[in-house]
Amino acid sequence: MTQNIKFIQGNEVCVEAALYAGLTFYAGYPITPSTEIAEHLAIRLPLISGTFIQMEDEIASICAIIGASLTGNKVMTATSGPGFSLMQEGLGYAIMAEIPCVIVNVQRGGPSTGLPTNVSQSDVFQAQWGTHGDHAIIAMTASSHQDLFEITVDAFNMAETYRTPVILLLDEVIGHMRERVFIPEPGELPLVERLKTAFKEGVDYHPYLPREDGRLPMSDFGGIHRFNVTGLVHDMWGFPSNNPTIAKGLMHHLIDKINNNVHEIARYKEYHMDDASIILVSYGCSARSARHVVENRRKRGEKLGLIELQTLWPFPMHVIRNRCANARYILVVEQNMGQLVHLVKMNVARPDKVFLCNRIDGVFISPTDIRNVLRVIQGRGV
Amino acid sequence: MSRMRFVFSGSGGQGVITAAIILSEAAVLYENLIAVQAQAYGPEARGGATRSDVIIDDQEILFPKVTQPNFLVCLTQEAYHKFSPIVRPGGTILSDTRFVTIHKKSDARQIQLPLYETIMNEIKKPIVLNICMLGAVVALTQIVQQDSILNVLERRIPHEFIEMNKKALDLGIAMGESQRM
Repeated sequence: MTQNIKFIQGNEVCVEAALYAGLTFYAGYPITPSTEIAEHLAIRLPLISGTFIQMEDEIASICAIIGASLTGNKVMTATSGPGFSLMQEGLGYAIMAEIPCVIVNVQRGGPSTGLPTNVSQSDVFQAQWGTHGDHAIIAMTASSHQDLFEITVDAFNMAETYRTPVILLLDEVIGHMRERVFIPEPGELPLVERLKTAFKEGVDYHPYLPREDGRLPMSDFGGIHRFNVTGLVHDMWGFPSNNPTIAKGLMHHLIDKINNNVHEIARYKEYHMDDASIILVSYGCSARSARHVVENRRKRGEKLGLIELQTLWPFPMHVIRNRCANARYILVVEQNMGQLVHLVKMNVARPDKVFLCNRIDGVFISPTDIRNVLRVIQGRGV
Repeated sequence: MSRMRFVFSGSGGQGVITAAIILSEAAVLYENLIAVQAQAYGPEARGGATRSDVIIDDQEILFPKVTQPNFLVCLTQEAYHKFSPIVRPGGTILSDTRFVTIHKKSDARQIQLPLYETIMNEIKKPIVLNICMLGAVVALTQIVQQDSILNVLERRIPHEFIEMNKKALDLGIAMGESQRM
């Protein structure tokens, strides 16, 4: 038995990867189906002199990680739909104040408390537009435990690189399923550490003055520099401003730093796409069922292909536009009333060739569900 | 190998999910096989109907749930009623004589073993019923070596309870062997 092979739940993979990425602070309010993340970090973080706090609710949880991140920690919180709704105010604050943090949403059926123990993928739009105001966000997902490990490390790296909250949009199936995962050796996956200012004590430090490369070096809050952090539109000192030039510049900066880097941020996988004429687009647990269908149909010579998106926001429109250009049909497989399907339709020449294959009853979408929709599209009946 | 799909079902607290995890962990960690374990459960901690799916193969497993098990374990009558219709034709249903009364008509081979009764006579602790059941499953399917299960038990179970669990496993194996075709 190799030390680095584990047979664990997706939620535990998320914990292993977060610790690998350098997590030192977690605050959260346990909720099904994300509870195992809190459970395992409560054991693991104290062992590395990190901090685990069980907060009174999700609003407090996100505020705690925002504060802890400002002091120099890599931070995370985990929740599910109902808690993610409560976190939206803090999420907007972290976007505005440019505070790196990772927020895990292990999706379950909604709205409200919905279906606590059942699977769903209905928070895709909430991840982008749950908090008010114009903004950009990074949201990522994975369909296997090995991918989940790498994507979680990526989430921490991107939070630091772009000084932004990153949403890990998991689901109940991936969170609770057990599967083999190889834990990489330290150093095997690259880690992005906090970019800190080189300014010494007593030298004026502008927390929101970009360097030439556009990045903003941070100074640990409560350390050697005094500065202001606010959710208001702010100037390079971090003080509130309603100067139109500053307001416009800040909005452009917040959105461009992410949307202009969509090629860097986009993570996706392709299966049998070279000559595919029927293309399935999926993500998270649904991508497992979609790939099952693609692999089986390929054995029969049918030209099916799969694009599995791991970055959902910013939406990798270039991938869809380029790879789906020659498709006869595109089938978006997701477990909601149609969310990603709208984005796919917006980015192809023939939106009428894009179909939704979904399931919304809390039952994991099966290869049979997908095959049935394929038959209908092809005019062969169920 | 051909893909083996198990469904372990019973009542919350009987340890069916634990047994499923031990089996799949043994396959992955000690036999270099691929396994996926998934579970369905309600909001209750104990007493609700519980089901855990395990797929074991030497090939990548994509869809992690079991729709038609080759091997179904039922430790309550409710679970038997609910899941016996989904068993794969030609598959096997293993149930406990005390908790389950079987229907005669089935496409599967039905095996009833006095798991609970044996445990209560020999060990007097119902807590190891699931390990006894797992012993029978391993003996009947030969899906993993008994040693692999023992390795997992030694890693997961506190030292003072190991002997009791080993004994339960052996009792299950003996009962399973007696029914092997």
